[in-house]
Amino acid sequence: MSFRLPKGGRLIDRSAPCRFRFNGKEMSGFQGDTLASALLAGDQMLMGRSFKYHRPRGVVARGHEEPNALVNLGSGAFFEPNQRATVTPLAEGLEAESQNHWPSLETDVGAVNGWLSRLLPAGFYYKTFIHPRPAWKHVFEPFIRQSAGLGRAPKESDGDRYEHFYRYCDVLIAGGGIAGLRAALKAGEAGSRVLLLEQSTVWGGRAVVDGARIEGRAATDWVADALARLDAMETVARHSGVMVSGVYDHGYVLAAESLSGHTPGGSTPRERLWRIRAGQIIVAAGAIERPLSFAGNDIPGVMLAGAVRDYLADFAVVPGQRVAVITNNDDAYHTALALNAAGVDVPVIVDARAELRGALVEEARGSGLRVAAGFGVAKVTGGKRVTGLALCDQTGNGTVREEIACDAVAMSGGWSPAVHLFSQAGGKLTWDADQAHFRPDPSRAPTGADGAPFVSVVGAANGYLEGSAALADAAGEPIPEPQEDPIAPVWQMPAQAPVALREKTWLDFQNDVKVSDIQLAAREGFESVEHAKRYTTLGMATDQGKLSNINGLAVLGDALGKTIPQVGTTTFRPPFVPLSMGTIAGEARGPLFQPLRKTPMDGWHEMHGAHWEPVGHWRRPYCYLRTGEDPKAAVTREVLNARENIGLLDASTLGKILVKGPDAGKFLDMLYTGRMSSLAPGRCRYGLMCSENGFLMDDGVVARIDDDTWLCHTTTGGADHIHAHMEDWLQCEWWDWKVWTLNLTEQFAQIAVVGPKARALLERLGGMDVSSDTLPFMHWTEGEIAGIPARVFRISFSGELSFEIAVPAARGLELWEKLVETGADLGAMPYGTEALHVLRAEKGFIMIGDETDGTVIPQDLGLNWAIAKKKPDYIGKAAQARAHLTAPDRWRLVGLETTDGSVLPDGAYAVAPGSNQLGQRNMIGRVTSSYYSPTLDRGIAMGLVERGPERMGESLDFPLIGGGVTKARIVSPVFYDPEGERLHA
Amino acid sequence: MRDLSDKSAVQVEALPQTGMITLRVELTEPGLGETLARLGLSLPATREILTEGAGQIAWMSPDELMLIVPLAEVQATIDTLKDGLSDAHVLVADVSDARARFALSGPGARETLAKLCPVDLAPGHFQPGELRRTRLAQVAGAFWMTGPESFEIVSFRSVADYDERLQRDAAAMGVEGLSL
Repeated sequence: MSFRLPKGGRLIDRSAPCRFRFNGKEMSGFQGDTLASALLAGDQMLMGRSFKYHRPRGVVARGHEEPNALVNLGSGAFFEPNQRATVTPLAEGLEAESQNHWPSLETDVGAVNGWLSRLLPAGFYYKTFIHPRPAWKHVFEPFIRQSAGLGRAPKESDGDRYEHFYRYCDVLIAGGGIAGLRAALKAGEAGSRVLLLEQSTVWGGRAVVDGARIEGRAATDWVADALARLDAMETVARHSGVMVSGVYDHGYVLAAESLSGHTPGGSTPRERLWRIRAGQIIVAAGAIERPLSFAGNDIPGVMLAGAVRDYLADFAVVPGQRVAVITNNDDAYHTALALNAAGVDVPVIVDARAELRGALVEEARGSGLRVAAGFGVAKVTGGKRVTGLALCDQTGNGTVREEIACDAVAMSGGWSPAVHLFSQAGGKLTWDADQAHFRPDPSRAPTGADGAPFVSVVGAANGYLEGSAALADAAGEPIPEPQEDPIAPVWQMPAQAPVALREKTWLDFQNDVKVSDIQLAAREGFESVEHAKRYTTLGMATDQGKLSNINGLAVLGDALGKTIPQVGTTTFRPPFVPLSMGTIAGEARGPLFQPLRKTPMDGWHEMHGAHWEPVGHWRRPYCYLRTGEDPKAAVTREVLNARENIGLLDASTLGKILVKGPDAGKFLDMLYTGRMSSLAPGRCRYGLMCSENGFLMDDGVVARIDDDTWLCHTTTGGADHIHAHMEDWLQCEWWDWKVWTLNLTEQFAQIAVVGPKARALLERLGGMDVSSDTLPFMHWTEGEIAGIPARVFRISFSGELSFEIAVPAARGLELWEKLVETGADLGAMPYGTEALHVLRAEKGFIMIGDETDGTVIPQDLGLNWAIAKKKPDYIGKAAQARAHLTAPDRWRLVGLETTDGSVLPDGAYAVAPGSNQLGQRNMIGRVTSSYYSPTLDRGIAMGLVERGPERMGESLDFPLIGGGVTKARIVSPVFYDPEGERLHA
Repeated sequence: MRDLSDKSAVQVEALPQTGMITLRVELTEPGLGETLARLGLSLPATREILTEGAGQIAWMSPDELMLIVPLAEVQATIDTLKDGLSDAHVLVADVSDARARFALSGPGARETLAKLCPVDLAPGHFQPGELRRTRLAQVAGAFWMTGPESFEIVSFRSVADYDERLQRDAAAMGVEGLSL
């Protein structure tokens, strides 16, 4: 059984008990425990079921590298899956559930998968795709979805809050062990602005746990002194509980902080994402211990030797009463000695190395511990718990020499430097054959804009596993000679293990990948490490192979007859450990998910039944619902009212870009297909803008303000990108043209007053002569309306008599309310964007984004009249002469009139007989806009049809989704007032 | 390290409209200095904002300045600029209505703003007299310091509600445990 010793545990407060629930069972631990240590203390070694075979699994590690002890935490809005129990601080009332078990952790029906494991080999998943074809959908997919997996997806939206924080420094140090502290002291003493981040809540790393002596002092004292010295430095800041998660180009670093004092749903953030820009990054992330590959190495009770030591020192928790140690290096002897000193029985230290000379070995022997040199483990026995192990010759085939009873195993396969952060931004590794690990190659570090390395690595992460060497490395001092005996690389135990053992030997605990799986992948031709990884899913679980990577590479190399450096590593990618979605989103959720742009009249719309629709980041009223109306009825009312009385449209969202300068006319002639330089001051002209490829990208009315000033209206969505487009050309191509631009979209509120009685309403408000003689169609004027300074543009997007009035934004609401009140008896009422669409479609006016989709040129839309053919050039002109764009069979704009008066589905395709080379039905056109026209009381549509305008009167077939065909006749796109008498009124 | 354990609440206040004028001009334009002098203003250096009398003038880009004056003086200021620079290639426009303004103040104001803006806000790295154009979370904005613990923030009118909520939320979550 695992249990807590009566004394010790440097991180726990025995006076502060914490009650919690695991799978509904009441348990208790102490303040300072992790969930994993508290579970172990309560003899709950079994913590989860494995991904594929539902094998019972217990905790293996101490920290973020833990593959097995994943739990669902919390419930409802505070539910979170896949949380590592090893880094989850115990809190009063905590609720945790193990994952992937059914019906219960103790009795799991899915464990039958384990018996079927011969039918579920590596690549099983991919093979099910292929043969027989229907089997995937009907047999395999439902089965895999039911049985595989880890945590459940949360059902409710996250009840907690998150934030980002931008931080700058000269030197960022990732890791607060002794190497990180030493590097921070050095950088701080040099006067650098230092940010030191430690992922755990305690400083000093392994040195403190192992009770090392540093520079003649106890590690705890050395660490306390280092922290005091750092805190005395003005330019140094240090934070614990902040995990450096990713290193990116240009010294950009992401780090995630879990806020310790947080209560679920509280006002403070649960997690914080640090977005750091660092001049130099020093990685002092330590090393991660590797498991050994022997049969039964995943049975609960088998743990990493370093972790066993951690649990003992940090929490006074031991995994068993008889703990066997299995190793290929000296480090695990620390564990044996610590257990022995704590009074825990260590029946054997199994050491794969045949010759042992080191001081630690002698110390162990001197303490009366049995060291079995040159031995391996044939298998560990047990089901839900270790019951013993079988010794064999390491060099042999697993013939059992002796069986030893134990209830826990501490294993060490050596240590791998935590090179992740170094590698993420492009740092390359070198294989250190003596220490049997990859370590950073300083000559191939990630480089910055200046070509110089911006990431360096110190301490254990740099391959200096012993404390004194790590410290010297961080200080930039000569590295002392190693004190420990060299490791013996052991990638399989025993060396000649038969398949019966290899298929019980786990590499990747989290994704259930065994030694035999990697060997199968190699036999099936997956020789590249990247392919073998994907085929077997080795290292693809949430732990990203922190424990399994090197062992997997070694097994693959062995199967292929290659060395580990020949096999190479897979790519390390951020994040180091998974980040929660909330942390990534930061403040951008709920009402702050996206900025919502509001016009000055937004509040009025809200109060008057606005039924909103998003247009870019703006929200605009789609229509204004009156009591008892649905949107369709409201739109019908609004359209008819604008045709018969007065419609008011909030057009403030339209882009308004001021263009000024001696070369402004020349500039606009290049930007628009039409000629703007010849426009007289006081006049307006409709303009089209094309991309360099000739495709129509925006349209709008341009007004000439004075000799060298034009005001360009853009679409709502186009304002920002058209302004950027202008500046791009001015700054990059025509940098010597004297033109200034300014985006004044937000400066003005703009209101369209539309309908036969519009003039009467403006005359009532007074202040400006808006008669047809003074202000004809496509003119503008300036003055005051109702005492408000205003520009009035006589332009129309509805086909009716129409004035667009621009006033300073702060007075927009005032004008709007006056128009509504004063025009009440004239029938003035607002209309929304849907009525706007219907009104323009009735007139055959195109809409950017409906009639255009990035592949349409003005000529397709019959807009040749808006192209100044005599102009030598404009953006898009050359492209529009290309063969494809001048082809006679291009799809061109027409009106479509259903023979039965119904409304064509938007986007419907017109079909022709026969099929194309892909066997698809030939298509000759599509609907681009389609509405019910209240004015005509029938469906109207516009569409792009092959040779459309040449086929007036022809009837086209539009098949409907769900069957049937609607027939529509090709007609002029102008359905209403084709002579334009009304807008000229 | 600055000690923020004794944090006081950070105040967010929406400010009323003020006069703002955009001047696009080559900063080497002859007559620019003289024209600004007639307004009691001088030419700011790169990323500088000068407070002179009732007015302020800010460097916005290598060819753009922003003048901040009382609303009542906007038209007169525009007239003076246009008059003084009548022969020059300039664009002068009233943008007073285009903006939303906020004051953010308190001992944790720097840290609060650093939650929203990718700017080095550490003392010594951002100081009164500097103006920074940047973004506040997802929208464009600019700010400068009006005192050792206070900022004025400007952004666009249409996103005023978003901005205010953004700042209030950031302030409400506190600054404990942060360092700049």
